[in-house]
Amino acid sequence: MELCEYTCWQLHDMLKRKEVSSREITESVIKRIEEVDERTNCYITKTFDVALQKSHQVDDKIRRGEEIHPLSGIPIAIKDNICTEGVRTTCGSRILLNFIPPYDATVVKRLKEKGAVFIGKTNMDEFAMGSSTETSYFGITRNPWNLETVPGGSSGGSAAAVAADQTILALGSDTGGSIRQPASMCGVIGLKPTYGRISRFGLIAYASSLDQIGPITKDVRDCTLLLNAISGYDEQDSTSVNREVPDYTKSLVEDLKGIKIGIPTEYFGKGLDKEVEEGVLDGVKLLCSLGAEAEETHLPHTDYAIASYYLIATSEASSNLARYDGVGYGYRGAEEDLIDMYKHTRSSGFGAEVKRRIMLGTYSLSSGYYDAYYLKALKVRTLIKQDFEEAFKKFDCLITPTSPTPAFYIGEKIDDPLTMYLQDIYTISTNLAGIPGISIPCGFSHDGLPIGLQILGPIFGEEKLLQIAYTFEQNTDYHQQKPKI
Amino acid sequence: MDYEPVIGLEVHVQLATKTKLFCGCRTTFGAPPNSQTCPVCLGFPGVLPVLNKEVVELAILSAIALNCTINPYSRFSRKNYFYPDLPKAYQISQYDLPLAKDGWVEISSGGKIRKIGIIRVHLEEDAGKLIHEDSGSLVDYNRCGIPLIEIVSSPMLRSSQEAYEYLNALKDILRYLRVSDCNMEEGSLRCDANVSVREKDAEGFGTKTEVKNMNSFKAVKQALDYEISRQIDLLEKGRRVLQETRLWDERESRTHGMRTKEEAHDYRYFPEPDLVPLSINPEWVNKISKRLPELPKDRMNRFLKEYGLPEYDALVLTSSRDLADYYEECVRLYNQPKVISNWIMTELLALLKEDGIEITQVKIKPEHLISMLGLIDKGVISGKIAKDIIVHMFRTGKDPSLIVEEKGLVQITDEDEVSKVIDEVILENKKAVLEYKSGKTKVMGFLVGQVMKKTEGKANPQIVNKLLREKI
Repeated sequence: MELCEYTCWQLHDMLKRKEVSSREITESVIKRIEEVDERTNCYITKTFDVALQKSHQVDDKIRRGEEIHPLSGIPIAIKDNICTEGVRTTCGSRILLNFIPPYDATVVKRLKEKGAVFIGKTNMDEFAMGSSTETSYFGITRNPWNLETVPGGSSGGSAAAVAADQTILALGSDTGGSIRQPASMCGVIGLKPTYGRISRFGLIAYASSLDQIGPITKDVRDCTLLLNAISGYDEQDSTSVNREVPDYTKSLVEDLKGIKIGIPTEYFGKGLDKEVEEGVLDGVKLLCSLGAEAEETHLPHTDYAIASYYLIATSEASSNLARYDGVGYGYRGAEEDLIDMYKHTRSSGFGAEVKRRIMLGTYSLSSGYYDAYYLKALKVRTLIKQDFEEAFKKFDCLITPTSPTPAFYIGEKIDDPLTMYLQDIYTISTNLAGIPGISIPCGFSHDGLPIGLQILGPIFGEEKLLQIAYTFEQNTDYHQQKPKI
Repeated sequence: MDYEPVIGLEVHVQLATKTKLFCGCRTTFGAPPNSQTCPVCLGFPGVLPVLNKEVVELAILSAIALNCTINPYSRFSRKNYFYPDLPKAYQISQYDLPLAKDGWVEISSGGKIRKIGIIRVHLEEDAGKLIHEDSGSLVDYNRCGIPLIEIVSSPMLRSSQEAYEYLNALKDILRYLRVSDCNMEEGSLRCDANVSVREKDAEGFGTKTEVKNMNSFKAVKQALDYEISRQIDLLEKGRRVLQETRLWDERESRTHGMRTKEEAHDYRYFPEPDLVPLSINPEWVNKISKRLPELPKDRMNRFLKEYGLPEYDALVLTSSRDLADYYEECVRLYNQPKVISNWIMTELLALLKEDGIEITQVKIKPEHLISMLGLIDKGVISGKIAKDIIVHMFRTGKDPSLIVEEKGLVQITDEDEVSKVIDEVILENKKAVLEYKSGKTKVMGFLVGQVMKKTEGKANPQIVNKLLREKI
């Protein structure tokens, strides 16, 4: 077994026992990237020199007999919408083709302090708008389980890199499912934390009230380690919540006694792939056999989630992306006069999906339409939030499929945005409600593609989610399966 | 037909904080272009605003002084538009839930006191500044993110003079609070005016225009006068007033219509998702209201009553908080309010004006001014000499007794010494003495003058007068 195939916690033990060095781990990951990234295209920018340098520092520290953090010396991939000082951060867009931030995102700063090894910046749907990693200016990322299929999106590069052992850990961002859906399609763990749990400072905004950074990992234990490292209040982000961060590794106990699981029937209706449905329900059965109780329940406003999401997210996006105007930084189009420059910059700097969403959002915020669209969407959002609050009065968690289908074929949905948007149908409500959700592998389709099971919990209910996910994982081996690439 | 103007003013005031509204950048005026910027105020990708607490407190203090109700729950909104001086392509402002509302300011108009309503006071960030050169346009982002409050008056102003009075009242109050220096030339106070005219005592409103680009209070008055007569003129001719934004042209003393294309904005306001709503509880407001100083009108009234000053003196002395503080410190040390007022109003303010400086920069300490008055009382110096001494004090900041000593300006009060000089003068001016004796008493002044001249002004005038009369 190559070093790149291990988990973070395994490697940490090996580092502590001085069985391996961080340099060896890092070299193993680099070698793996060099072998397979030509086919998967997980990375937009590789930072091998920086990574090796950092691994030397960590090795020196170990040699001096100093204590190391569980993430010290461990390679991590960062989604390319998270700012890294001195390293190009593109958001998968031509418009930020050569943008090099002079600052680190707060999560990056925290990981640097802990000695994590930054291996590269991963591919994504342009500005995190998409569910397939097909809209990137830097090409399509392919699913390591089947190179003809998509890895999901928008954090497709991060999820595929973890699945293909092209990194040990990865960070993604989730606005409507962008961590969980690709994690599900790539057979890895993806957690979207509670809104406000993790600082958004340095995360290039798509929809500010929905965006949240989170871990993508090979197993639940790694997920807790990474979550521990990046969580917590940040005075640079007013929407981050000043609330104590528990030690999430304490959730790694196999115990489901008295756990009440709600199964929202709205998430098991039309459009759900039969194999996915079976996989998820088998998963629920397993949890029940381990001591949990499951019962059907309802989230009555689910039908309106997609409409509400695509109004709120695009409205915020239309404003968040207005700054890419060619004046201060980034790509600038031909300039006859000012208006001309704006037009050229934005029409050739952004891809089709981004422009579609900017137009939709601009429209919904326009005077005369605001009340009918944006304001109405906010009201629906409140109703959706209330649905969950009701449900969590009765249940510890809700279990649903992460996405309606396993990975689909490249090009299959790209020309049909409405079908593509339905990919997020089970993940979107979570962001609207601000609650946490985790996707874990729960089986494979007949043609060997991973299936994801989603566990949702109340605000700041990460600990219980992780405990349930961990117990599930301890009693299955789906997460240990590796794609053959 | 008789017309009356209807005017409402939108005033932007820069709050005097050390740092910007949403980042730690300095706000110093006149710094080299783009030297006071950071990724936050430059709108770089991924950065987030963090609200400056001191700004909120100054805004609350202002709103209290303007008799507003502070909203316990307000929020920020984004005002979206593209322009190169606005790096995020939106301005963080307040829209549907402003910081404060429903206040008023008193002005005097035609001898009467009028309360002018204030509709709202809200917080927002400033934009940058474009500099147009032959080779192209440059942008200075230093001003980006500088904290402003916008104060919107109700359309209650009925003349350009009232508008002028209102602006002065606002300025006086805000300067008293030390929340802003309200300097229109440096852009720390800016004013846009909404103007319409209607038949006198009519109910409804006429079509309004928004007038911008005035650089002084005087310009506001001139622009309003021009705009009012332009609108009346149109109506008289049976034509319509176009609803538009017009720019005041200082050089041509007229307003020009802006091209309508430039103002056809749909700002697409929506709540700023990067900031949490602003909750202001009554305890906080209470705490801030303790910082509220006595305001100009109240202080003036107190000066009238407490010190028995004439209205003009009280008005001038309370025109700035620092001047009033200076005056009161002097009165505290020396209980002669009117004497002190005279010295400050005639001598000190003239010197300040001459040098173009503020009372805060003056070198004369109140205790020195008082000790000078003491020297007069004790007869050590004459009032005339004191007028020279105060100039020295103004230049050097020295103790007046030190100046008196150094320059040998002590008054001659020794009657023998004065007597000797008078004898000389009588001998040298026999003709004048004769004239006096023949009844031309006016000559006395001339003779006193001669004595003063010989003593270089140091002789005590009372003694000179007395002895002269005795001797002639």
